[in-house]
Amino acid sequence: MGPLIPNGVIPPEWNFVIAILIGIVFGFSLEASGFSSSRKIAGVFYGYDFAVLKVFFTAALVAMIGVYYMDYLELVNVEELFVLPTYTWSAIVGGIFMGFGFVVAGFCPGTTLCAAAIGKIDAMATMVGIFIGIFMFSELYDFIEPLFDSSYLGRITITDSLNISPYWFIFLFAILAVITFYVVDVIRKRVKKVFY
Amino acid sequence: MNKLSKIKKNSHIYWNPYFGGLMLGLVILFTFYVTGRGPGASGAFKSTIVTVVDDIAPTHAENNAYYNRFIKKGDSPMNTWLVYEALGLLIGGFLSGALSGRLKLYVQHSPKITSKKRLIVAVIGGIAFGLGAQLARGCTSGAGLSGMAVLSLGGFITVLSIFGSGYAFAYFFRKNWI
Repeated sequence: MGPLIPNGVIPPEWNFVIAILIGIVFGFSLEASGFSSSRKIAGVFYGYDFAVLKVFFTAALVAMIGVYYMDYLELVNVEELFVLPTYTWSAIVGGIFMGFGFVVAGFCPGTTLCAAAIGKIDAMATMVGIFIGIFMFSELYDFIEPLFDSSYLGRITITDSLNISPYWFIFLFAILAVITFYVVDVIRKRVKKVFY
Repeated sequence: MNKLSKIKKNSHIYWNPYFGGLMLGLVILFTFYVTGRGPGASGAFKSTIVTVVDDIAPTHAENNAYYNRFIKKGDSPMNTWLVYEALGLLIGGFLSGALSGRLKLYVQHSPKITSKKRLIVAVIGGIAFGLGAQLARGCTSGAGLSGMAVLSLGGFITVLSIFGSGYAFAYFFRKNWI
């Protein structure tokens, strides 16, 4: 039963080999979806290309359905999986910084690696920026730490906090996603096209 | 497709976004199934910074509470899962680009701005992203996708905040893109 490496089904020596293989498929999928182009990515913020939104929410949905389906089939125990701990305020403020960075640079850390790999010099510049940003955060850590560690809620899921069943939540999320995909297609047809 | 319609089309052909999403979703699912955690991207950037600072100024790194979390006695901070995964990410991106004829060294930017301006905003945006990804304990991949996959409340908050902020700031930077 999964997760396979923590439960000793696959020996831990394979961990890094699997990491590289997962990275390859991850990077291939990002690049093939067009995320090596900042102009395609930025389209989500201006309405001329919603590929980011479609790929992102489809991926999240497939992963959620998969995780909870495998848990239902007892192939994996969802309680044993790592759930990003919730620190409300650092998530909000961090997200604001990232949203700003997203619309200014047109890349996020994963997509900038793919774009740099195919020779986009602007993506290499974003990589330099990310390094500087992390360096600044670390050097300013004493000052940021109160915000970083505040409002800690622990290993909490959105369904814990809304007090609904995860199955219902995922079902409703899927419906919301399909409606959103339809609406963004309507928006895109009304927005002036951008060619890149 | 006739010649006329080809003129007003984007030059690159990419995967259908729903297929791309399916593939990414399966990668995330597989990663959880095998390792118990989700994939990420900003972690490798952090490990690199920790390694560089620890090499140049080891005492400084040890005295800083943030670097100190990631320094491992007798092992390089680079020897972590996310660094190997990021290496794969580079290889995978390169392979996809090579197979589709997209390998080209250049600065991509809107015709309305110069290459120089594009590079400057790319660095500034990167700085904000790097800072934000540390604060939120992950980026769009590690906090966003991997967080949402297991319904983490923090993952959903981070994603809402990223897109909300992106749309809020989009107006001010529209001339860089459209």
